[in-house]
Amino acid sequence: MLTQLAVKTRINLAVRDCEPMAKTLSEKILSEKSGSNARAGDIVIVPVDLVFIQDTTGPLTVRQFKAGNKQTLATPEKSAIFIDHASPSPNWQLSNDHIFLRQFAAETGCLLFDAGSGVCHQLVAEKLANPGDVIVGADSHTVTAGALGAFATGMGSSDIAVALSLGKTWLRVPESFKISISGNFSKGVGAKDLVLHLIGMLGADGATYKALEFSGETVAKMSMPQRLTIANMAIESGAKVGIFPSDKVTRDFLKSLGRGNKYHEIKPDADAFYERVIAVEADKLDPMVAKPHMVDNVAPARSLGEVKVNQVLIGTCTNGRLEDIAETARILKNKRCHPSVRLLVCPASKKILSDAIDAGYVQTIIEAGGIILPPGCAACLGLHQGVLGDDEVCISTANRNFKGRMGNPNSFIYLSSPATAAASALTGKITDPREVY
Amino acid sequence: MPNTILTGKVFRFGDDISTDLIIPGRYAHLRSNLPELAKHVLEDADPEFASKVQPGDFIAGGSNFGLGSSREHAPLVIKMAGVSAILAKSFARIFFRNAVNQGLPVLICDTDSINEKDTLAVNLTEGIIKNLTRNENYHFGKIPEVMLNILNEGGLIPYINKHGDFKL
Repeated sequence: MLTQLAVKTRINLAVRDCEPMAKTLSEKILSEKSGSNARAGDIVIVPVDLVFIQDTTGPLTVRQFKAGNKQTLATPEKSAIFIDHASPSPNWQLSNDHIFLRQFAAETGCLLFDAGSGVCHQLVAEKLANPGDVIVGADSHTVTAGALGAFATGMGSSDIAVALSLGKTWLRVPESFKISISGNFSKGVGAKDLVLHLIGMLGADGATYKALEFSGETVAKMSMPQRLTIANMAIESGAKVGIFPSDKVTRDFLKSLGRGNKYHEIKPDADAFYERVIAVEADKLDPMVAKPHMVDNVAPARSLGEVKVNQVLIGTCTNGRLEDIAETARILKNKRCHPSVRLLVCPASKKILSDAIDAGYVQTIIEAGGIILPPGCAACLGLHQGVLGDDEVCISTANRNFKGRMGNPNSFIYLSSPATAAASALTGKITDPREVY
Repeated sequence: MPNTILTGKVFRFGDDISTDLIIPGRYAHLRSNLPELAKHVLEDADPEFASKVQPGDFIAGGSNFGLGSSREHAPLVIKMAGVSAILAKSFARIFFRNAVNQGLPVLICDTDSINEKDTLAVNLTEGIIKNLTRNENYHFGKIPEVMLNILNEGGLIPYINKHGDFKL
């Protein structure tokens, strides 16, 4: 019987041998997790290493969960609730949603990160995500954890309710685009400019259902915060995941957070098949801006002409990390924000806020006239802490500029790097940061 | 599927209808009060949509319908408004999956010749859309089997309650 099975398996493998055996990062992770030879286009069922919700998608997820027959979590220690989107709550309805989520955490024993802890995606990176993991979250920017070599993707409340209950989900294995990055960033240019440029190239639906897999000499030199910024915005081209190989940078990042033992190397095979290969030359990039009301409406900051700004937001799951706040402080040091500008700076986690205080960045920003917001999603999605008025313009380091995103359909959002946003805070108009260095 | 032939009038939208246009974040405080939330469906794309839409009507969009957030409230409030199916040239991935999970048919087809107020008869099993106003027929792409099975049960939660697990 065993021999027969072995022969059968070998025949199956032989059939598969006719196809290229080399795998992309996504195929590798999903093969390992599903226990099958997962290929782009296949449907697989995989166990999840982390499943999470946040306070605006969480209540519906919990209701969907409670509508299910099974009333217990598959793995409470791998299930998490983050109260970050409206945090602390701006009104009684959302306060009640928070109570509902806290009760669910108490009933089920899942992890709870309450108000002030930080943005879910930053906390996932700091505390929970590991290379090779499958992570699903009820938030489209779950893709952020791809920076650590995890297959991480956003889903809606029903899918997440089932993942909480069964500890698994179904996935279509995505085709991959290889994004090959070469060259060094020039002064004033960074990861955000690169990803805005890439989304401008691909278009807002240019990578729908695909995996963006990052590679090339520049990737090896990129810090974890830079990778997190890039992975975070993969969804803005429609992609299912934005994924980096794990390497020394990943290992050192995990080690610095006391999770060095969670490191393992994950790389694509050299001759894996990619549907598209896109080369990006980092040294040729300018500071970029996405103009209202689409993320792919991208242009160099210096090409915009005079665009006056009322509000500057530096933070969010895209750019609220220590090196973003450090860059902001460097530009603002011994200077004052333009009198017509409100500068809002929001560290993405409690740890980042604490580190930014220790490094003196918070003091510099306050002295320049900036407002420090509690760790969380801040004004990004129009719930609180900086809702725009009619005809107001905001330059933001967030990831979305859709009409109405920041609470008012009669306002205008431009997206940029922290450097461009900080430079604009000084001048009161959208400014290429190289003009203020 | 519960009703294999759907009939209604078309509400026409353009490309890139984001989840912020479908149900903006500024109404997040109504997400635990769905009937109130549904009153604001597509408000920033067409302020009169919620008051005009009738049970059975269709939405016809362009490309990349539903881009943006993972909020399942987006297809949910569209379904609550009485819309029987969304037709579009393409859908954003998370929205597509969410709509199916809510039991709302999302059909991929060329929508260029479909206009506001056209009357359509959609045959879900045969994959044919009849435009009764223009006397034209269109075909929509096959829904992946795994999603068709979920749609046939009225959504993911009823599907899992029936089968206890994914049956691929």
